[in-house]
Amino acid sequence: MKNTWTIAKREFNLFIISPIAYVVAFMLMLILGIIFFANMLIAFVNTYDPTVQFIIAPLVTLFLFSTPALTMRTIAEEHRSGTLETLLTAPVRDWELITGKWLGSFMFYLVVIALTWVFPIILNFFVDPGIDQGLLVSGYLGVTLLVGVFVAIGVMTSSIFNNQIAAFFATLGILLVFWMIAYPTQIAASGGGRSILSYLDLSQHFYNSFLIGIVAVKDIVYYLSVTVLALFLGTATIEARRWR
Amino acid sequence: MIEVTGLTKDYGPRRAIDRLNFNAHKGEILGFLGPNGAGKTTTMRILAGYMPPTSGTAQIGGFDLIKNSIDIRRMTGYLPETVPLYNDMTVFDYLKYMADLRHMKNGDDQVEEAILKVDMKDRAHGYIGNLSKGMRQRVGLAQAILHNPEVLILDEPTIGLDPGQIIEVRKLIRDIGKTKTILLSTHILSEAQQICNRVLIINKGRIVVEDEPEKLQMRISGSHNILLRVSGSVDALIPFINKLKGITEINKHGDNTLEIKVSPSVDARPEIARAAIKNGFDLLELRASNISLEEIFLQLTHDDSMLASADRVNNAVEEE
Repeated sequence: MKNTWTIAKREFNLFIISPIAYVVAFMLMLILGIIFFANMLIAFVNTYDPTVQFIIAPLVTLFLFSTPALTMRTIAEEHRSGTLETLLTAPVRDWELITGKWLGSFMFYLVVIALTWVFPIILNFFVDPGIDQGLLVSGYLGVTLLVGVFVAIGVMTSSIFNNQIAAFFATLGILLVFWMIAYPTQIAASGGGRSILSYLDLSQHFYNSFLIGIVAVKDIVYYLSVTVLALFLGTATIEARRWR
Repeated sequence: MIEVTGLTKDYGPRRAIDRLNFNAHKGEILGFLGPNGAGKTTTMRILAGYMPPTSGTAQIGGFDLIKNSIDIRRMTGYLPETVPLYNDMTVFDYLKYMADLRHMKNGDDQVEEAILKVDMKDRAHGYIGNLSKGMRQRVGLAQAILHNPEVLILDEPTIGLDPGQIIEVRKLIRDIGKTKTILLSTHILSEAQQICNRVLIINKGRIVVEDEPEKLQMRISGSHNILLRVSGSVDALIPFINKLKGITEINKHGDNTLEIKVSPSVDARPEIARAAIKNGFDLLELRASNISLEEIFLQLTHDDSMLASADRVNNAVEEE
């Protein structure tokens, strides 16, 4: 467990000194800012009060697309440069390595998430009697849990590849599939198949609950389970690579 | 300390190492020699806990390679062949990171000590990315000896070092080897000769021969060779030398040099020297010229002659 923390600290520091982390964080804030002001304008023109959903909904989409860029490096790079050999011959368990990588990246995202609070604070000045704090808390809880899932899937995928670009596209692919897996069924299917796909769909647990202010145990359990499952698969991948 | 039994590793259809058996004791430096692709690195990676063998077992310090992997990794220091390091870290930070992963108390002190041992004090706070190959090699070595491990596995530890550093590192390895167990691989045969207590020659995944470097030479050549150089033509001297005790064969090299084969039990050098001077020759050179480890290595690892040479070695053992 101590090793998890040691690796997480190193991973977090790597984000702090890495230009790509700043570029991604900056772009994310920039795009979010543009969307935020556009939404504010539309709301004022149409004379209705903007809500925090204007911030949280695009934020989730931005995380969906930016996570692969930040997690692609985590294990693929250690593998390519050979440093994985030093780590795996030190008394570090495979799961400690994976969870450490996940935790380090997740901590960096927590900083980014904290930065986006600037938008609700601005919004709070413009609406009367202030923003809906319940929506804000449930929305951000959902975002945080989702980011945990995204990062876990990113680290898992990075453990499969030596090549960062491959890890990037594979992560993006996996995330998009699970983000939209229930989408076709909303039009056509009904019954059991639909409910299973809806349950598997990452976005359904967010848009239909956290975003509209519902904090349900089943959604929290779902996100935590997917995170744990992805970390488990990542560990299994490392284990399997040793045998090759 | 290290006991390896039937260790085998397959990469797909290719067998990298084939039923290796060997052991190494405390206070011993075991040298691993072999051409590229012989299976040295594979064996070392397996023993360092990087990957499991396809079959066979190994015990290090009484721990099983697979069941007690973590215990083994705790007591083992490993320098991989490629010396992988984090270029974005300083030497000190990197070693501290590795010390933390090993849960070392007084990590800072031990990092300082390791840095001193590999003579990197002046570069301790420089970034690894700016270091030369030789310096990286030393950082890798510092990482391996950081926790004062009972077993040290070094994959080509002196590659890329300049001559001064090579001497330093060899001395360091010898010092550590007095009380610990060291397994090291090398291409440089004279290095094995200088620092190893025992040499293991491996080719195509199999151990071809295993012995002390000196004994290996004796076995292969079967006798001592003496090189004699005198002033003037040597022909007249041959009959006198031939009369001496223990001389088995005399070969002429050029006008003034003789290669004299002597049975191993006799040191014929004083007699030869006297014979040369008594008969009016000026003695220019007189030395034992043993077959070098290079020649043994080439003989043993050469495809066609490999088995024949191994047989020769075995026969020599039986004769002894």
